[in-house]
Amino acid sequence: MELFVFVVAAAMVLGGAVGVILRSHPVHAALSLVLTLFGVAVLFVAQEANFLAAVQVIVYSGAIVVLFLFVIMLLGVDKVEDLKIEPFKIQRPAAVAVGAGLLSLISLAILVSRDATPPTVVPSDAVQAALDGAHDSNIRAIARDVFGDHVLAFELTSVLLVIAVVATVLLARKPRKGEKT
Amino acid sequence: MLDLVWLIPALPLMGFLVVLLFGRKLGDPRSGYFATAMVALSFAVTVGVYLDLMSLTADERTGHVQRLFSWIPAGALQVDLAFLADPLSLTMCLFVTGIGSLIHLYAVGYMHGDPRFSKFFLYLNLFAFSMLMLVLGSNMLVTFLGWEGVGTCSYLLIAFWHEKESAATAGKKAFITNRVGDWGFMMAMFIAFWAVGSLDYSVVNGGAAGMSTTTATAIALFCFVGACGKSAQLPLYLWLPDAMEGPTPVSALIHAATMVTAGVYLMVRINPLLGAADSYAPTIIAIVGAATALFAATIAVAQNDIKKVLAYSTISQLGYMFLAVGSGAYVAAIFHMVTHAFFKALLFLGAGSVIHGMHHQQDMRFMGALRKLMPITAITFIVGWLAIAGVPPFAGFWSKDEILLFAYDKSPILYAVGLITALLTAYYMTRQVIMVFFGKARWHDAHEEHNAHGDLTPHESPPTMVLPLVVLAGLSIVGGIIQLPSWSWIPSNLTHRLEGWLEPIVHANEHELTTSAHDLSGILALVAIACALAGITAAFLIYAKHKAKPIEPQILADGWGYDRAVSWAMGKPGRQAFDGIAWADANIIDGAVNGSGSLVTGAARQFRKVQSGNVRNYAAAIGCGVVLLLLWFVVGRALL
Amino acid sequence: MTAAVAVTTTWYLLLAAMLFVIGVVGVMVRRNPLILFMCIELMLNAVNLTFVALARRMGDIGGQSTVFFVMVVAAAEVVVGLGIIVAILRRKPGATTDDLSELKG
Repeated sequence: MELFVFVVAAAMVLGGAVGVILRSHPVHAALSLVLTLFGVAVLFVAQEANFLAAVQVIVYSGAIVVLFLFVIMLLGVDKVEDLKIEPFKIQRPAAVAVGAGLLSLISLAILVSRDATPPTVVPSDAVQAALDGAHDSNIRAIARDVFGDHVLAFELTSVLLVIAVVATVLLARKPRKGEKT
Repeated sequence: MLDLVWLIPALPLMGFLVVLLFGRKLGDPRSGYFATAMVALSFAVTVGVYLDLMSLTADERTGHVQRLFSWIPAGALQVDLAFLADPLSLTMCLFVTGIGSLIHLYAVGYMHGDPRFSKFFLYLNLFAFSMLMLVLGSNMLVTFLGWEGVGTCSYLLIAFWHEKESAATAGKKAFITNRVGDWGFMMAMFIAFWAVGSLDYSVVNGGAAGMSTTTATAIALFCFVGACGKSAQLPLYLWLPDAMEGPTPVSALIHAATMVTAGVYLMVRINPLLGAADSYAPTIIAIVGAATALFAATIAVAQNDIKKVLAYSTISQLGYMFLAVGSGAYVAAIFHMVTHAFFKALLFLGAGSVIHGMHHQQDMRFMGALRKLMPITAITFIVGWLAIAGVPPFAGFWSKDEILLFAYDKSPILYAVGLITALLTAYYMTRQVIMVFFGKARWHDAHEEHNAHGDLTPHESPPTMVLPLVVLAGLSIVGGIIQLPSWSWIPSNLTHRLEGWLEPIVHANEHELTTSAHDLSGILALVAIACALAGITAAFLIYAKHKAKPIEPQILADGWGYDRAVSWAMGKPGRQAFDGIAWADANIIDGAVNGSGSLVTGAARQFRKVQSGNVRNYAAAIGCGVVLLLLWFVVGRALL
Repeated sequence: MTAAVAVTTTWYLLLAAMLFVIGVVGVMVRRNPLILFMCIELMLNAVNLTFVALARRMGDIGGQSTVFFVMVVAAAEVVVGLGIIVAILRRKPGATTDDLSELKG
């Protein structure tokens, strides 16, 4: 069962990824991205990271891709890009080389170390208590972890979000009449 | 009083500073008197220090070093500004300050009415300071400081009337020729430092025995090159005749009594090195000295300018001093230096008095019969003449005789050369005396030639100028007493006094006369007197009695064409060499510097192309970097 | 049919690696700025997948909270990035990444 889920989800992920980089129409590429993100969410569930799967669907494919589509529509960037033209001759061979190199090296690292024993991590008491619990143990554990050990990072991310919003409003506003950029 | 040694150079320095700041306000003649007072005070201090040193025993007289401050503390090179008060330096100081103050006084009268009167005394005091630093220095670098200082002052003073083109050129010539000699001195300092690690005379002289003979010879000969430049020996003498363009007090002070003796002083100071050197080194010095003496004497025979005769005479007498140094007779060299200072300063000041009285006429062909119009000048000049000609009992006879004695011991050829020079000296000096003070009065011929107006009758000089003449004449008469030879009829406590005084400095290397020479000393003295009288008689017959034609060939008047040869050599091959060096400097050295600059610029221009401004190119570069990094990690962790 | 083959962590990691590489190639090859951005999202997702796989393997919940934070930051980044693109493309409609080369040295 797990194998079947994995294969299907993997196909979605890789298919969507290839679609993103190969589709010339931006909207098609955005939809391929949705496919990839959904595949990743399925894989999250398969690994019992239920909360994250939910967040992935809601935030990533629900908000971020929608944002992308809004911008595409807003700016009329939906003109089809001609994939045959490449101004820099070196770019495609470099891409192939980098891709092949990266893939081979990372795969090598993964395969060589697959039998290695990972270091034992002892969860803190709060997290352990949450993990021993019932069906919502995952979200409880994440909550205990984030709001317990990493609460500072949490607060900082909230600050970050505020800053991002303010910055974007400032960046994207139309200049008023008589005012320079 | 020994701790007041620092006052000796400090007083003229103070004089220099005061005249620098207030000279124009003090004016003519007060600035002159002030400058004279400073040097006279310096003389008084010198006498005090001298008496202090005299009260010590002979062994205690050396090694008094007064250290003022550490001048150059640079790692291995530690040089102090320190003064060495020993018999040799004090002897030099005595006559530098003594004759210096007399000449300062003379200059007050001579330079009266000159628009730059105070500037003259500024330079004179600066010169006195430099010369005293030179002789009092306890290490080669302080001496070099003074060495360069006197060279600079010489330039400033020779070119004092710089509106005159010939004076300005003469100043430059003096400075540049001295520079060639200075190079020799600098090389000597470098070698000395390399050999013994210090420039102190005590260390250098003390280490002379431990040095290899080659090192000692090298230092000694390089110092001699410096001495040739400063003391106007062959081949670097050519600046001294031209230096007569300067005012006569300058010629008297610098080019007769003090600066030109700096070379001899240096050689005597480093006598342990000469003693430790190969035997050909002193021989070279003696040969150069003797050759210069003869060479200059031949030229002096045909000169018509009253100062030029004395200039060549100075070169000739300096040659004698180097002949003495080369023969190992250091005491005789210093003795002759002292007596020469007396009578040459006297002769120059007398010549200045004549020039002053003749309203700046310097050509002897337009003088004559001046003894009645300028009696004191005439008498003192005659005293100087007798001294330089070597007529006993005047000072010059004793010193010259001592040198000839040691020269005979060294080599009969050198003795013969010295003897011929003595004859020529007597000859040309007599010629000069006769042309100037005796015979027919010829100044009217100049008067008509130059259409000069006003009363051109020569007159005696003012007291400020005459007094130094009288003092110097007195010294020229009795000066020989400081080093009388050991003849039977002279009481023994009067003989060899200078030798006893200088013994701690030179005793190791002073050449001992062989018994044969010692026995001949009386006969050699008589031979010297005979030569002097022969020269005088010959000149008298030719110029006073007109019994024979004067022998003044043009080649001698031109100085054997040496000056012209040097100008040609520097002008043609010399110029090409200099142009070549300049080309090498501009193209090779500057080219290397500029080339490295343009290399960097060119490389940078190539590297600029990496910055295309394009995000995708940057991404590609980052990607490549990541791959390489991963490769390093994978290989490093020995996964491969 | 039951699979005798178990899906190990290694499989997830390899998948993530492939996703990452596709994202890298996309960044280098595509000229449209928005699609470039999407490729960056691909890379981020690959990383998230890696984190979750290893968190499960090592029994550390910290991996999953890291993913949480990554998502937050990715969201903020997308917001700002799109704002920039809007600002640029409003002035130069139809610009591609190759036209934005003011930083040329």
